[in-house]
Amino acid sequence: MSHLNHGHIPPAYTAYVGRKAYFVTGLALLSLVLLVMAISLGAVRVPVDQALKSLAGLEADPRFQIIIRSIRLPHALAALLAGTGLAAAGTAMQSILRNPLGSPFTLGLSQAGAFGAAFAVMLLGAGTMQSTTVGAVTIANPYLTTLAAFMACMATSMVIIAIARLRGATPEVMVLSGVALGSLFSAGTMFLQYFADDVQLAAMVFWTFGDVGRAGWREVVFMAVVVALGLVYFIANRWNYNAIDAGDETARSLGVRVERVRMIGMIVASLITAIIVAFLGVIGFVGLICPHIVRRIIGDDHRFVMPAASLSGAVLLLASDTVARLLMAPHVLPVAVLTAFLGAPTFLYLLIRGRWR
Amino acid sequence: MLEVKDIRVGYNGSGLVLEDLGFTLGAGEILAILGPNGVGKTTLLRCINAMIQPKTGSVMVEGADVFDMSAGQIARHLGYVAQHNEAGRMTTFDTVLLGRKPHMGWKVGHEDLHKVGAALHQLGLQHLALRDIDRMSGGELQKVCIARAIVQEPRVLLLDEPTSSLDLKNQLEILGTIRRVVKEHQLAAVMTMHDLNLALRFADRFLFIRKGKVFASGRPDEISAEMVAAVYGVQVDILRHDGQVVVVPNGKNGD
Repeated sequence: MSHLNHGHIPPAYTAYVGRKAYFVTGLALLSLVLLVMAISLGAVRVPVDQALKSLAGLEADPRFQIIIRSIRLPHALAALLAGTGLAAAGTAMQSILRNPLGSPFTLGLSQAGAFGAAFAVMLLGAGTMQSTTVGAVTIANPYLTTLAAFMACMATSMVIIAIARLRGATPEVMVLSGVALGSLFSAGTMFLQYFADDVQLAAMVFWTFGDVGRAGWREVVFMAVVVALGLVYFIANRWNYNAIDAGDETARSLGVRVERVRMIGMIVASLITAIIVAFLGVIGFVGLICPHIVRRIIGDDHRFVMPAASLSGAVLLLASDTVARLLMAPHVLPVAVLTAFLGAPTFLYLLIRGRWR
Repeated sequence: MLEVKDIRVGYNGSGLVLEDLGFTLGAGEILAILGPNGVGKTTLLRCINAMIQPKTGSVMVEGADVFDMSAGQIARHLGYVAQHNEAGRMTTFDTVLLGRKPHMGWKVGHEDLHKVGAALHQLGLQHLALRDIDRMSGGELQKVCIARAIVQEPRVLLLDEPTSSLDLKNQLEILGTIRRVVKEHQLAAVMTMHDLNLALRFADRFLFIRKGKVFASGRPDEISAEMVAAVYGVQVDILRHDGQVVVVPNGKNGD
């Protein structure tokens, strides 16, 4: 169709796209700065140059090297990866489910994870508590708890997929199945808690406090692989999500296989969430609100929303983790407590302020 | 250009929605599909676009069967403007750029951007290029959706009730735009409509569907009061005004 060959690209559009690209780049730089700060700040202050040396793979002061390599770096990377993964999964779910309240937890995954952990604590003997010198508690057999939480999360996803295949992969079917399953798992957890003894009950509740401090290098590597692959998949589908936002019929007419995109997107988002929930516990809010914060700033175009929301998740979780470690040092608050404390006012501010471009 | 042949569509457990339905359409022609609510007009459009698989029949675009095409190939042959369009926080330019999806690789090419610029110019939307579509009037949004379908560079344009929620001025403007674009690009266009007068004014041919079958078809000046009475159950007079055919309900309708 030669009629369309010599169109004019408005210079203002080029500048507008450039501003969005700067926004994404700015978030990436902020994530890096916060990563260094997360390594540097804490009960023991690590000088920034030592943190940078360690990050660059150079030999840092041995006094700090062990703190950085064994504690700070895996925790900071866990925060970065979990924030990225949860926000990316939330962004995809909001588009796939055509629902602003969509997030990985809309599908009942957090409730499933909590039930899995409670099940492991109560019936598989993973619930013996240990008190450390600072009064923190740990679950005696974290691998068993993690495995049970992961299995419960994935079982939920599989049931939703089975129902969706049976009744058509519509957003309504998926959201309502998720809500029903979430309620079912909540009831199951309450049932177990009712019959649990004091120690088991404490272990069950403790597990639900999402905390990046639970991650070691093995968990970080595992999360990195899953989050990276998931993010590549989501970014590759950015135009499909834009098309679905325009309506299912329009998306189909643009060559998008809507049901397939919806189903695979849900599986990928569930897998990312299941891994993070199983390793770190329940970290709410990031997956729900980070995409909204970013959408209010740069609009709904997934070419920019997907990377920007993912990076904003990393920023929020890194900042929350650092504050959580500093606020009551040497005690460490679970990061999940702080994500909403830091994120909700930001979101409310943007909501009141209105649009920005 | 477009050949629809012996289409039969039925949903599980119910009878046929469309039965032995067919027509042909040449380049630069506009066909208005007419009929009462629920008669299967939208189903027919979805079937032409392969969103619905018919029990029997074929839809050929320039000799190729759409049911043998991949989703991407269909999108490069047929553009579709849905009746209801969601409006998120996307600019006009980006919304129209979405229409290049069937042609794009990983990156947006300069060619894609130029084609969007050209489509915006053709539809008089260039001054709205950076306006978010959720802040547009119904008429403006409909033009954006038509521009999005145009940059797909289809051979056939399908429009489901393109003027259903628009005021009179916008109805005339949108249908005028569709007619101009179809003639300029030599597309074949099929649009479902309720307003007989607008259909007769802007389409080259009409096709009445009754009980899932083609009841009558022809050029606008071939419409008769008997056809309208048989399809809609309404008594009308057919008038000529300023070279146009006008359908006016008469006093025999008991009102």
